[in-house]
Amino acid sequence: MLQAADVSFGYRDELVVRNASVEVADDGFVGIIGPNGSGKTTLLRLLAGTRAPGSGRVTLDGVPLTSLTRTAVARRMAVVPQETQLAFEYSVLEVVLMGRYPHLGAFAVEGPSDIAVARHALESTGTLDLQDRAFSTLSGGEKQRVIIAAALAQLTADDPAIVVQPFRAATILLLDEPTAALDLKYQLSVAALLRTLHRGRRLAVVVSTHDLNFAASLCTSLVMLKKGQVMASGPVDEVLTPDRIRELYEVDAEVVRHPLTGNLTVTPLGTGARP
Amino acid sequence: MRPIQRRLGSTLALFGGLAAAAIVLGPLAGSTSISLGNVVDRSMPFEQNVDAQIFFVARLPRTLAGAMVGAMLASAGVVFQGLLRNPLATPFTLGVSAGAALGAMLAITFGASLAWLGLPLAPLASFAGSMCAVAVVYLLAGARHRGLSTNVLLLAGVTMNAFFSALILFVQYFADFAETFRILRWLMGDLDISSYQPLVTALPLVIVSFAIFAWLARPLNLLSLGTDAAETRGLDVTRAQRAAFFSASLATGAAVSVGGPVGFIGIIVPHLVRLLVGSDHRIVLPASALFGAAFLIACDAVARTIMAPLELPVGVITALIGGPFFLWLLVRRA
Repeated sequence: MLQAADVSFGYRDELVVRNASVEVADDGFVGIIGPNGSGKTTLLRLLAGTRAPGSGRVTLDGVPLTSLTRTAVARRMAVVPQETQLAFEYSVLEVVLMGRYPHLGAFAVEGPSDIAVARHALESTGTLDLQDRAFSTLSGGEKQRVIIAAALAQLTADDPAIVVQPFRAATILLLDEPTAALDLKYQLSVAALLRTLHRGRRLAVVVSTHDLNFAASLCTSLVMLKKGQVMASGPVDEVLTPDRIRELYEVDAEVVRHPLTGNLTVTPLGTGARP
Repeated sequence: MRPIQRRLGSTLALFGGLAAAAIVLGPLAGSTSISLGNVVDRSMPFEQNVDAQIFFVARLPRTLAGAMVGAMLASAGVVFQGLLRNPLATPFTLGVSAGAALGAMLAITFGASLAWLGLPLAPLASFAGSMCAVAVVYLLAGARHRGLSTNVLLLAGVTMNAFFSALILFVQYFADFAETFRILRWLMGDLDISSYQPLVTALPLVIVSFAIFAWLARPLNLLSLGTDAAETRGLDVTRAQRAAFFSASLATGAAVSVGGPVGFIGIIVPHLVRLLVGSDHRIVLPASALFGAAFLIACDAVARTIMAPLELPVGVITALIGGPFFLWLLVRRA
């Protein structure tokens, strides 16, 4: 279980995240939602341990992240940033193999088992045929899936015997706005991929997004952020109500269960004035 | 993709061969022509073998100095580029070479009184100078989370070079007339070396920096993803950045103490190497070191023969090649 308890973080004297608490169960699928600038990315960084909270603490199975080594954290938790730009040209396979870093000694090189893990990760994200392409030549959707593959390679245990089996310890995948730059088709394919990974492996998922329908279709629980504070959190049905949406976005919206998908669907109606 | 071990093996064979060939052929070039056949002729005692004496005593130290300086500056370039995520970063463009030059000059001008300490004074002072310059770069790079934009990098480099040049001129003011000419040549980047002593003196710095480079290769790959992404992959980013700044300064210091601030090696060599072998630093670093050695020896051979019997400082040749190359890269990126 990944847990942030009462964490705050700020730059200079302005707090970006204020007294936020988030729980991610081992089989959780948590969405962090809120408008632009509400602190979603920062909260994700606090959960990932790339920023240390000014107050409060983040724990993984009860152990503070700050008392774990970077490699120990990396074997349990991987992050897919909003956008990945490489400083130099690397092939797709090379990028995915970088995910093996926490499993290798200081001077070790990737062996056949690491390459097998990387190929398997590419296969499960549907990008195996891209493995020899230069990463910079991929489309936004392809890059996103390759980075997810790198994250999976990172979270796969280093024992070659369990390459194709579910992960041993519960692992956590954190994604920052995974669909922000993608067109509809890729949005759906990333959503389907995340759903498959969540179900197929013991993989907890945390995803930050401003797309309420995307969050409602995937997540089991939501954390609503407003100006760095948790406005509401809990199961999707409880959090995603017209009142809360009005409070968060200052937008009137209708929330209904879609007859075909069975997911809650948010339809914005207008700003302020009732129809 | 072939496994890394085999790619490394073939790359080392290729560039190692190139460097070895340069070291053997380099001393043959010069105003007096000598033949390799005579050099290795064992039937003649060494004292009477003029060709062997020219080869081993007069020219080989200079060639080996070229190899060392070229290797250090090229690999320091690779490290700065990976660290700052900017392909235009080099010891020369960042002003680190100028800092090292100032340090070395201070040691040469005022260091005689400290010589009794038995320390390798010039390389250490040179290293201290490069560390000063690097500290400024470190602050500019925002210490940690930001990279260094090309604009900031170039402006900072221009400023640092101007600043250190002013201090160098100031120090030079204290040097006597005869020394001034020698210093001027050295400041252009000159391998005018006729003994093995400067090489031996700089060797400890070379060994330490290469040891750190070997560890740095994989962290530099991860840093290409960005510092946050590297950290979530399990890299201790702060430690890697410090190791990179330290070792690149060390390498620059060692190189400058031997050959002066030779320019553009750190940008020409890594770029050509990446075109040939890709971007994996585990291959780029050793390949750049070897190719840098071969490249500088070749440039020096040109510098020694193009206006024979006059010998140009090698920095003139590297700048004539490197200046246009740098502009081409800048235009291509823009």
